[in-house]
Amino acid sequence: MTLGVVLALALGTYGIRFAGPQLRNRITVPTRVQMLLSMAATALLLALVAVNAFVPAGKFGGWALIAGVFVGGVAAWRKVPFVLVVVLAAGTTAALRLFGVA
Amino acid sequence: MVRSIWRTVDPALLRNVSPIALTAFVTGASFGAIAVAAHIPVALVCAMSLLIFAGGSQFMVVGIVAAGGSPIAAVLAGLLLNARHLPFGLAIGDVLGDRLGRRIVGTHILIDESVAFAMAQRSTGQGDRARARAAFWTCGLALFLTWNAGTLVGALIGQVIGDPSRFGMDAAFPAAMFALILPALKDRRTLRVAVLGAAIAVATTPFLPPGIPVVLAAFGVLAALPTGKKAVAA
Repeated sequence: MTLGVVLALALGTYGIRFAGPQLRNRITVPTRVQMLLSMAATALLLALVAVNAFVPAGKFGGWALIAGVFVGGVAAWRKVPFVLVVVLAAGTTAALRLFGVA
Repeated sequence: MVRSIWRTVDPALLRNVSPIALTAFVTGASFGAIAVAAHIPVALVCAMSLLIFAGGSQFMVVGIVAAGGSPIAAVLAGLLLNARHLPFGLAIGDVLGDRLGRRIVGTHILIDESVAFAMAQRSTGQGDRARARAAFWTCGLALFLTWNAGTLVGALIGQVIGDPSRFGMDAAFPAAMFALILPALKDRRTLRVAVLGAAIAVATTPFLPPGIPVVLAAFGVLAALPTGKKAVAA
């Protein structure tokens, strides 16, 4: 690992983050497109959830992980406080792994 | 202006941000430990967290370089993984604020979590931009602090922490993100779009480089087309 790699990734990532808001400020986005953008962002976030729950490193992530996310998801759906959602998810996965569930 | 942000920071927001910030600390610590174990100098490890501030891509780059991959391949893979931040910025870019300084700093803390927090505020109250803005900044800044503090601690005390998956940290992130987007999913059309997008992402993950499947989830909006009169009224 060199400083060059770090700087290249840092600058590139900043550029990616910079482009979105700039584009948005430059053009007037019609309400309908804005709505679709908002939906697309939600889709990306749910995709991030699904990929990280089912196929985190490009392949099946194991039942302990899925169970933890599922428990957290049900808790969130039942309007359990956010802190508990996170704790329940991590706790379930950690406990299952402790008992040897992959 | 800055004061106006903090006036909208309510205790509930801080309470919601803190578990995510704690998760970022632990995950940051594991990143620090893993990176140092891969023979990267502590200063460079900390520079990564400060300057890149995108956990997934940091782990990935360290992994590729540690496995003997080329630096260019590592950078490209990391950038692909971070490509999703462009559509995120398009969707919620207005929460950064108008002043130049704000935009420069705000750009750096545009991460999955701050986007999700901003979106969560938006879908609960109509047009509540101040709350979305406060959520974005509070979450982004808090995670910047804990991610970097965690990285430093992990890099220094190294292997004591062990594998973060032992604590179920890998389940905390998706569960928290799900909780944050849940209000938005109450809207039927958004739900259809998101489910189609997530299905596309999971189905294509085995075949595509990491990062691309999540961006492809944007095609989920096909489920919202055509936007008929009923949709516009909604």
